[in-house]
Amino acid sequence: MLAAWRRRFEAWVTRYQRPSLGPIRLDRRRIYILPTPQGYAFGLLLLLLFVWSINYSNSMGFAFTFLLAAVALNTMWQAHDTLLGLVIHGNGADPVFAGQDAGFRFLLENTRGAPRHGIALQWRDGEPLFIDIPPHGSMAAVLPIPAERRGWLRPGRIRVLTRFPLGLFQSWSWVEFDVATLVYPRPRGARALPVPLPGAPGSGAQELAVGSDDYAGFRPYAPGDSPRRIAWKAAGRTEQLLVKRFVDQARPELWLDWQLLGIENIEPRLEQLCQWVLKAENEGYEYGLRLPSIRILPARGEPQRRRCLEALALFADRKDISGTDDGLESRKPAKAAKTQRAAG
Amino acid sequence: MWLLVALVLAVVPHAVALPIWLSTLFFAMAGWRGFIAFRNRALPARWLLLAVAVLAGAGVLIDFRTLFGRDAGVALLVAMTACKLLETRGLRDGVVLVFLGYLLVMGNLLYSQEIPLVTYLFAVVLLMLAAQVMIHRQHAGLGALAPLRLTGKMALQAVPVMLILFVLFPRIPGPLWGLPQDAHKGRTGLSDEMMPGTVSTLSKSDAVAFRARFTGPFPSPSQLYWRGPVLWNFDGRRWTAGEAPPSPVPVPFTPEGAAVDYSVILEPSNRIWLLALDLPAMLPPQASMTPSFQLVRQQPVNEVYRYQMRSYPQYRTGDLQATERARALRLPSRGNPQVRALAAEWRAQDTRPESMVGRALAMFRQQTFYYTLNPPLLGTDSVDEFLFNTRQGFCEHYASAFVFLMRAAGVPARVVTGYQGGERNTFGDYLIVRQSDAHAWAEVWLEGRGWVRVDPTGAVAPNRVQDGLYAAVTDGQNLPFLIRRGGDSAWLHQLAMSWDSLNNSWNEWVLAYGPDRQKEFLSGLGFGAVDWREMIIAMTVALAGFVLVVVGLRWLDQGSRDPVVRAWQRFCARLARRGLARGVQEGPLAFVQRVADRRPDLAEPVCEIGRLYATLRYGPTASPEDVHQLQRLVRQFRT
Repeated sequence: MLAAWRRRFEAWVTRYQRPSLGPIRLDRRRIYILPTPQGYAFGLLLLLLFVWSINYSNSMGFAFTFLLAAVALNTMWQAHDTLLGLVIHGNGADPVFAGQDAGFRFLLENTRGAPRHGIALQWRDGEPLFIDIPPHGSMAAVLPIPAERRGWLRPGRIRVLTRFPLGLFQSWSWVEFDVATLVYPRPRGARALPVPLPGAPGSGAQELAVGSDDYAGFRPYAPGDSPRRIAWKAAGRTEQLLVKRFVDQARPELWLDWQLLGIENIEPRLEQLCQWVLKAENEGYEYGLRLPSIRILPARGEPQRRRCLEALALFADRKDISGTDDGLESRKPAKAAKTQRAAG
Repeated sequence: MWLLVALVLAVVPHAVALPIWLSTLFFAMAGWRGFIAFRNRALPARWLLLAVAVLAGAGVLIDFRTLFGRDAGVALLVAMTACKLLETRGLRDGVVLVFLGYLLVMGNLLYSQEIPLVTYLFAVVLLMLAAQVMIHRQHAGLGALAPLRLTGKMALQAVPVMLILFVLFPRIPGPLWGLPQDAHKGRTGLSDEMMPGTVSTLSKSDAVAFRARFTGPFPSPSQLYWRGPVLWNFDGRRWTAGEAPPSPVPVPFTPEGAAVDYSVILEPSNRIWLLALDLPAMLPPQASMTPSFQLVRQQPVNEVYRYQMRSYPQYRTGDLQATERARALRLPSRGNPQVRALAAEWRAQDTRPESMVGRALAMFRQQTFYYTLNPPLLGTDSVDEFLFNTRQGFCEHYASAFVFLMRAAGVPARVVTGYQGGERNTFGDYLIVRQSDAHAWAEVWLEGRGWVRVDPTGAVAPNRVQDGLYAAVTDGQNLPFLIRRGGDSAWLHQLAMSWDSLNNSWNEWVLAYGPDRQKEFLSGLGFGAVDWREMIIAMTVALAGFVLVVVGLRWLDQGSRDPVVRAWQRFCARLARRGLARGVQEGPLAFVQRVADRRPDLAEPVCEIGRLYATLRYGPTASPEDVHQLQRLVRQFRT
């Protein structure tokens, strides 16, 4: 109830603020300040000291109380000042899998000749991330934001806050950047890879970059070998680095096909496909992806992997799917999406 | 660590007054905490701390027989702090410790508000604030001394606000509720009863009772009789007040001669009476006067209290009521037969009261009496023993014997206690009256003159009145240094006097700044009579003014802080007026390139300015010549 009111109030306060394309400079109009719980406790302490001074007619007690009060007021001003004029750049994040944290990169720039201490970025009610910014300098911050759903992830409003210096007041501001990152489906599923179709024959017995199906024993490590080929288990036994040798007979082609999976719901299907993509890439197959609306020809390597994962992440074509309601609206706020998932 | 040091320093002044086991406990716990932090050991278990806390609480309860009140409260606070020190895990614990530290500082102020301690505590508070900065882990990026510098700056900035609040915040006369018994204990001073030994014990203390500043010339020493409690009732050994209720207006008398105007800065005495020269003719606020011309206040004086006074050293009082006469003649029904016999003998020879007084004084003067700080103990018939046997006494012995003698002879008489004399401080031109100046004398009622002061001590030791205690007693070698005025090491005494002068100003202007002084001060500034509403308004205005000044200064400062940015902004503003506004995200070099493309005529200066600005802002080094060059170019730049 309280949280709902708070959210509504925050929405009202920031109703004229739109996601920014460029850097945001914090000005007076968008910095808010309130005492922290600690600040309220300090207020009670001041009251106690004040009553104490009255009761004992203690002149220095008054002076002490007033000094602390003045210091508290001073920190209020400092908390405001720490944010004032701060320039924030929002730089987006690398794609992640659902269930991981997307690390959104921000650059905080201090154009002032004095350092700024104890500035934090906070996403919703997450743990604030504190940094200090040197004078005339800037500081990068990577704010982890949980990626719960596949699709586009927008961090939305980020709270920039500080409780510097005494923690009695928190001043904060909302910043929202027009940045997003792609969230791939969670790689999950127990099914083995489909049987590869024989493809174009290779050039005979030749060592392959990363895992083909024909495993041909170990050989000692030589500089330039991919770390992925190191046989860590064997290395543990022999105290010598060994790499696996693979011999290519023919290049098999692997089709990761939507139709191959008899799973009812879309999400588990996509998760299984995602799992396959990673596995196929890892084991050195040439693989292609077939979805109801899209077909990606077999290939191998990082660009292929990314292409496939993006297709899976953005898969949302209702027309191709019948009999299920579990469509996707990635751009909807997470809360709405959550209820939808519960229903589906 | 900061916090530990600050807390230990805050407890140090308490350590003397606390029971020894508690001080030991605290410092042991603090040492343990330091060891843990230093060696990175684990904190002790909670149950152990709980046990220690309970034991410490029980210890306080046994030691003080209460958990409330000033002493027990402070002891409890120290015990809690000690236990909490070993239970600091998160931020919240740190905050609690800091708050406990502030309370400990406040506790110190309840015991003393003198300049050295206040200075010391100010430093402790600075440390405590630095600790409060550091307990927030997110501020760990600050260097080792940065928190101290920061808090020092903060405190300096806070001082003006503190002063405004101190001067203008409406003071409420305390206390708001009844204080515990021990709230102000441990204060030496006059008592409202007198028996052999009361005054002489007091005389060995060099503590300051009050200070007085005279508007006109200093009165002569023989006029410096500071009136305290007037004692009427005698039970054979002890004199007590038995005073009629005070009246809210000055008791009338007939002044003869000039008035003496002065102000008294009274040290806390935990007593309701206010000292004034014989005889006071006005009343401080909220004070009243007993029929015996003694000033009393409603609340005990537990703060440094300053009041204005006017007295008439020469006076004549009015008639004596029948009841008063009866009380001024009453004696215990038995005891001291020799004195009674002597009085009867005098009376048979001459009934005039004046002659009785004269004969008594002559007796003190002519026979062998000693004025001593260490008189022999007296038995049941104390007056007899003193007058006819031991003949060694301090002023209370003389006053008591004299009044007894007068009453026995049928002359109405009473004992007056208070202070006599005082030391003149030439640095601040005021009078210091110490506890050692405590004195007792007598008053007799004479027809046509009213109450007349008679000081039998003056008859025995005339220089007591003129030069003070040390000059008058023969056994004064063990008196505290400050009392032995006119004695050895004059320069040291001078030093002590200048220090006292500083203390006096502190008392007069800072510590005595209570509700009365506040009103007085503000009306002195020309505000007229102010009430609390006007004070709030004045305070708000002053605070707002201060904030405005600060904001204004910062605004001026900011303009001049970064000449590079300022020049660049001027440059951009000029171009913007020509329709060439810089885009929000446009870098300086991209911007000048665009301007140069649009206005080839301006290309050369624009590009140079852009290059200079980029070098100065983003380049590795910025030379002052470049800054001047940029400023010059911007100044000359015309679109």
